[in-house]
Amino acid sequence: MSELRDLYQQLILDHGRKPRNFRVIENAQREADGHNPLCGDRIHMFVTMDGETIADVSFQGQGCAISTASASLLTQMVKGMTVAQTKELFGHFRELVTKPVEPHESLEKLAVFSGVREFPMRVKCATLSWHTLLAALKGEDKVATTE
Amino acid sequence: MSQATGFSVDAIRNDFPFFARSSGTEPPLAYLDNAATAQKPQCVLDAVLDLYRDATSNVHRGVHRLSAEATRRYENARDIVQRYIHAHDRCEIVFTRGTTESVNLVAQSYVRPLLGAGDEILITQMEHHSNFVPWQMVAEQTGAVVRVAPVTPQGELDLDAWRALLTERTKFVSVVHTSNAIGTINPVAEIVRLAHERGVAVLVDGAQAMPHQRVDVQALGADFFAFSGHKVFGPTGIGVLYGKQELLDDMPPYQGGGDMIKLVSLTNTVWNDLPYKFEAGTPNIAGAVGLGAALEWMKTIDLDGAALHERALHDDATARLRQWDDVRLIGTAAHKAAVVAFVMDGVHPHDIGTILDQARVAIRTGHHCAQPLLESFGVHATARASFALYNTHEEVAALAAGMAQVRELFGA
Ligand SMILES: Cc1ncc(COP(=O)(O)O)c(C=O)c1O
Repeated sequence: MSELRDLYQQLILDHGRKPRNFRVIENAQREADGHNPLCGDRIHMFVTMDGETIADVSFQGQGCAISTASASLLTQMVKGMTVAQTKELFGHFRELVTKPVEPHESLEKLAVFSGVREFPMRVKCATLSWHTLLAALKGEDKVATTE
Repeated sequence: MSQATGFSVDAIRNDFPFFARSSGTEPPLAYLDNAATAQKPQCVLDAVLDLYRDATSNVHRGVHRLSAEATRRYENARDIVQRYIHAHDRCEIVFTRGTTESVNLVAQSYVRPLLGAGDEILITQMEHHSNFVPWQMVAEQTGAVVRVAPVTPQGELDLDAWRALLTERTKFVSVVHTSNAIGTINPVAEIVRLAHERGVAVLVDGAQAMPHQRVDVQALGADFFAFSGHKVFGPTGIGVLYGKQELLDDMPPYQGGGDMIKLVSLTNTVWNDLPYKFEAGTPNIAGAVGLGAALEWMKTIDLDGAALHERALHDDATARLRQWDDVRLIGTAAHKAAVVAFVMDGVHPHDIGTILDQARVAIRTGHHCAQPLLESFGVHATARASFALYNTHEEVAALAAGMAQVRELFGA
């Protein structure tokens, strides 16, 4: 049960249940779909830019607690960041959920996802929204998948 | 109840090394994902190993004794399958990679040449993707249309809708015997009868029927019957297409290659006899031999007793899940195999799957390759416990205990 409690921390359960920035941005400048073929989770992300900076970001879709919370916390974190900063943050996030490392300080509350690394089958849930966001930032039309 | 029929779960479990392992040092694992694939009895493992150890050789190709031995074992497996499903002739048993390949073979070699623009293939909404996509592909190729008969809110085939959809435009019917996603057992004999009244041939997807009941393809009347070895306690990568001889005879081959021809010249090729016409290339010899061993094992089982036992497991699991108001069962057909699919308010099936796995209960979560069916229930994914004859009430209890943990963690 203790590994499960590490995975399903209160913050994750809270954001899984009541995701923030769970809305449509009308006339978003960048959008992308993400799809996890393993569990059928789908997510759609909306971004508006102010130059190189993310001015607003939101998402819609349905998924498990991990993927929903990840998307929710991600949107809170990257608002106001540049594309380069977002990519760097994803690098730290990916390390966090796959390797036994100390959370990089820039991750802040995203550190709650450290429990994911004990559950390799769930890494894709945690990273789906990131892949989708990066696809949107690249301005790609294609569907991001976790494969 | 099980004693009365002479069926003993303990005796069954003794045949499976999997249970010996999980009763050793590791805590036991409740394997409730049998609709995905089944555990293998020792006799199947032995048959596969013996084949590789004592008779590694190609089939139908050598004059030497090893090839003769491999061929004998491979063809013996075909005889076992023929007798097990009561096919009229051994040439009606084609070895394939599994149900999926069997359906594709029929779609391309039998159905495709029949179809013109506007013709229809009739299936049900509870088909596995493997009995959906091949028809969509053949429809795309020919301009035909795939008609999908709806299911009721309980997950039963809507037979009135089915009758209305069966028309003079219908050129082929393909239907799942037992649904992998919700367990519904369809009235396949009736479906075959209705189609035959109109002169339409029928494929029955028997992948989930085989592990739970005896099958008699002649009594069923099906023109084609497909199943996978791995779901009926045999190896992966082997399956069967049964087809009526007169239909198979007139069909063009599905794939070209070695073994499927009698004679090849630069200008002319003569197809081999049945069933070899449909078995291009070196077959899965060990797989076929393992499947033969699995069916021989099945023959020793009191399947009526097993069915009662599986029914009791199903009812036990259903009752335990029903104690919670926020758990909804998906698929409650009157006639149903031991598959219990469910969703829970506020908790995604994927999270249920992880928590149950930590509780050492293996279930399947997701869409179960049956997205159109789940759509009809208004869900994208379910959690599914699927039982086999070796499962126990202790394992049902473990499922319920795991679900109690889900509730605790998610504060339900
Ligand atoms: C009802 C049904 N049909 C077809 C299939 C496909 O079988 P296979 O993947 O072995 O080809 C399955 C397997 O999940 C099934 O449950």
